[in-house]
Amino acid sequence: MTGQTGTAEALTANEVARIKADFEILEHQVNGADIVYLDSGATSQKPRCVYEAEQHYYENANAAVHRGAHTLAVEATDLFEQGRETVAKFIGAKTNELVWTSNATEALNLISYSMSNASLGRGGEAAARFRLGPGDEILTTELEHHANLIPWQELAFRTGATLRYVPIAEDGSLRYDLIVSLVTERTKLVAFTHVSNVLGTITDTRRFVDAARKVGALTVLDGCQSVPHLPVDVKSLDVDFMAFSGHKMLGPTGIGGLYGREELLNAMPPFLTGGSMITVVDMEHAEYLPAPQRFEAGTQRISQVHGLATAASYLDEIGMDRIADWEEHLGELLYQGLSALEGVRVFGPADAKRIGTVPFEVIGVHPHDVGQFLDSRGIAVRVGHHCAQPLHRALGVTATTRASTYLYNTEEDIKALIEAVASVREYFGV
Amino acid sequence: MNELDQLYQQVILDHSKRRIGSPLVEPEGGHRHGESHQHNPICGDQIRVRVELEGEKFTAMSWEGDGCSISMASASVLSEMLPELTREEFLDKLDLFREMMRSKGTMTPDEEVLEDAVAFAGVSKFPARVKCAMLAWVAAEVAMLEAA
Ligand SMILES: Cc1ncc(COP(=O)(O)O)c(C=O)c1O
Repeated sequence: MTGQTGTAEALTANEVARIKADFEILEHQVNGADIVYLDSGATSQKPRCVYEAEQHYYENANAAVHRGAHTLAVEATDLFEQGRETVAKFIGAKTNELVWTSNATEALNLISYSMSNASLGRGGEAAARFRLGPGDEILTTELEHHANLIPWQELAFRTGATLRYVPIAEDGSLRYDLIVSLVTERTKLVAFTHVSNVLGTITDTRRFVDAARKVGALTVLDGCQSVPHLPVDVKSLDVDFMAFSGHKMLGPTGIGGLYGREELLNAMPPFLTGGSMITVVDMEHAEYLPAPQRFEAGTQRISQVHGLATAASYLDEIGMDRIADWEEHLGELLYQGLSALEGVRVFGPADAKRIGTVPFEVIGVHPHDVGQFLDSRGIAVRVGHHCAQPLHRALGVTATTRASTYLYNTEEDIKALIEAVASVREYFGV
Repeated sequence: MNELDQLYQQVILDHSKRRIGSPLVEPEGGHRHGESHQHNPICGDQIRVRVELEGEKFTAMSWEGDGCSISMASASVLSEMLPELTREEFLDKLDLFREMMRSKGTMTPDEEVLEDAVAFAGVSKFPARVKCAMLAWVAAEVAMLEAA
């Protein structure tokens, strides 16, 4: 994926500087220093065109979609559905294979609740392959964000199925060698992340998909940290579902997506129910629309969809392969630069393919104190367990400091971080 | 002094390393004792505090914890202050400490009452860190109620 395209020209420092200028917030100062934003793993900053698109929508086309015949309603519906087309294309999906959700968390819960509804008999025979019960297994990994763990724990509790996981090795790499023995005829669902939000490492998705295919298990990919940073094509990844969040890929908050194979989405019972997802309703029952509307009950997030589509076009114009190459370079600078510092321990396998995300520990200084020190120099990083407590436990720590880049980060940003981290121990007297 | 230096006063940095009162010690026979485990889910900081009382008076506090320098130093300072205080004196100090933490840096604390804990005045300018400073105090209060 990254670095393999070969044809694309690498982003130049000048281009990155021009990109950075599209982000108003990055021109600001915090605590008297130029802001160095290295927390894009949590949420990305937004270019002007994204919030201008939202403003444009409110000024020119605001109306409820798929309801009413007036002109504004038609324009709003057009923008909403064009947005779906743009973002679906961005991830290599067909337009009707993209369901809007609030974020990745809701997308993953949608699958979890749809499957428990199927397990109660909803959706009938068509939904039989989504049913779970005692003896069935769900497989996830020890690497996951809580959003790709807890919905499966809950699904297991609700249905009597058993949750298993692929553990990680001491250095944080996935134990791929165990997949073949963990995926059995009992396995009905395999959920795994494309990129670890803590370690930044890129998963070898083939290993999971091949094993799952062999036994007919469904695959769910957490694309939260890959869709913003790598070229992602759901068809060549060959997964059944993928969840992602708009706010991590330059889009607004409140919008995310679930990709699902058309025939699967159309066989699944709904999760949230109500208006806009039905055909015929009487006092006893209702008939449901096909996907994606089946899963989009209630008034939708229209300005957010338009904003996210604008973000996807912005990324597309620059080129996801070029962005991936740039971030691979920044990730390398981060990993090497931090590893070279005395008293700093970097987490994650040294030889892995990674995005520009690197977690580390300054020996003898708690991550919160590290984060506070960096903040006083205008540097924003994330500290804590990054919603991945089991992973931290496996690494033998309760918290880490994580630097994570995006396309607007410069080599100077990385240099500023490394210089600041180099003086942390002296400041705290260790 | 810049804001960062106000937050990380030397007293705090020293206490975070010395950790007076840590690790936990078994309570003496005959004394009433109570224990409390407090956890900050946002950052994962956690502390277990054990207090001993004889009548109305604290005789000892010991603790074990894992957390940032602010939370660890706060526990250390408190376990130095607590022995010999009555329950009422502790609650007065707790009220004042809490008031200081909520003051957003506007309060000049009474050093007579708060002793070394005045060093935490700078923390009140960093709302995200107030919980760190409060953790041991809250644990001590709950432990005291347990012992009652
Ligand atoms: C890998 C991964 N999965 C899931 C999520 C959840 O995303 P959201 O909070 O936007 O639903 C995140 C974001 O924190 C993430 O990094």
